[in-house]
Amino acid sequence: MSVDKSMQVLVVDDYSTMRRIIRNLLNQIGFINVDEATDGQQALGMCGQKKYGMIISDWNMEPMSGLDLLKGIRGGNNDNKAVPFIMVTAESKTENIIAAKQAGVNNYIVKPFNAETLKGKIAAVLGPLG
Amino acid sequence: MNAQQYDRSKVVQIVNSVITKMDSTSGDSLRALSTELQSLGNAIERIKSELAEARTGEVKDQDVPTATEELDAVVTAAKHATDSIMNSCDAISAAVAGTSAEAKVGEETTKIYEACSFQDITGQRIKKVVKVLHEVETKVGQLLHMLGHGDGARKELIARPVEDMRQGDDKLMNGPQLPTNAMSQEEIDKLLSSFD
Repeated sequence: MSVDKSMQVLVVDDYSTMRRIIRNLLNQIGFINVDEATDGQQALGMCGQKKYGMIISDWNMEPMSGLDLLKGIRGGNNDNKAVPFIMVTAESKTENIIAAKQAGVNNYIVKPFNAETLKGKIAAVLGPLG
Repeated sequence: MNAQQYDRSKVVQIVNSVITKMDSTSGDSLRALSTELQSLGNAIERIKSELAEARTGEVKDQDVPTATEELDAVVTAAKHATDSIMNSCDAISAAVAGTSAEAKVGEETTKIYEACSFQDITGQRIKKVVKVLHEVETKVGQLLHMLGHGDGARKELIARPVEDMRQGDDKLMNGPQLPTNAMSQEEIDKLLSSFD
């Protein structure tokens, strides 16, 4: 059974260019319902309002980082507590990967990345994209 | 007055005073010592002169802020350029939608989108450079302040590393690594799968 591509996806990044790139790549894969947030705080607020099928987030943002967003979602009491969460970031040190995993990340993509990598990681998290 | 509060002129004055007193005493060892002290006095004068030539005040007050502004301008210009490129991609994609060229054009515009991620990466790298420049600015300020207190303090200043004041998870936010330090996607995948 393939993934329901009509699901709501939340893209979180402080760079509008990167949000747009990820949105476009998602659209090309078939995900058309894409919301955007500029940092963890805004995203966390949006997670309190809507249930998402997947969150793709940057790490290095202010005032709230992607890691704090992940912790907030996993530790919170909301519909998105178990949402598949992919970190897309330039942070690529071992301690980052470990910290993200411990916080409950489902997959981790290092920037710069290509469409195939994004597609592959989404499939790894959600299942065959069809 | 604390010895460290003496300014350079005072130090030079003291050294010259000692030399004058020692010149009045006979003996090879005293003459050698006198020569050393003379050298010390010359060295301090040379440092003063070199500092004046280096225009360290300008580095702090003018050069670093200008460089920071220039780098900010690079980030802004890169953003405008990528926005413009992606707008064109969107327009081209819309123009060929439903035609036989749609798939091929879609494939190529995807590559352009991927390439546009350079703006995010370079932006983060420039942020790091700006941070380093601010540290240089602070160091130069300290240098200007401390050089009046002798060569020992100068050595201490140069040897002291910049202290990372960040706490907890903030220490994990270091931005893009240089290729020699960065983990590849394959290495990250391997590390992640080791948790399963």
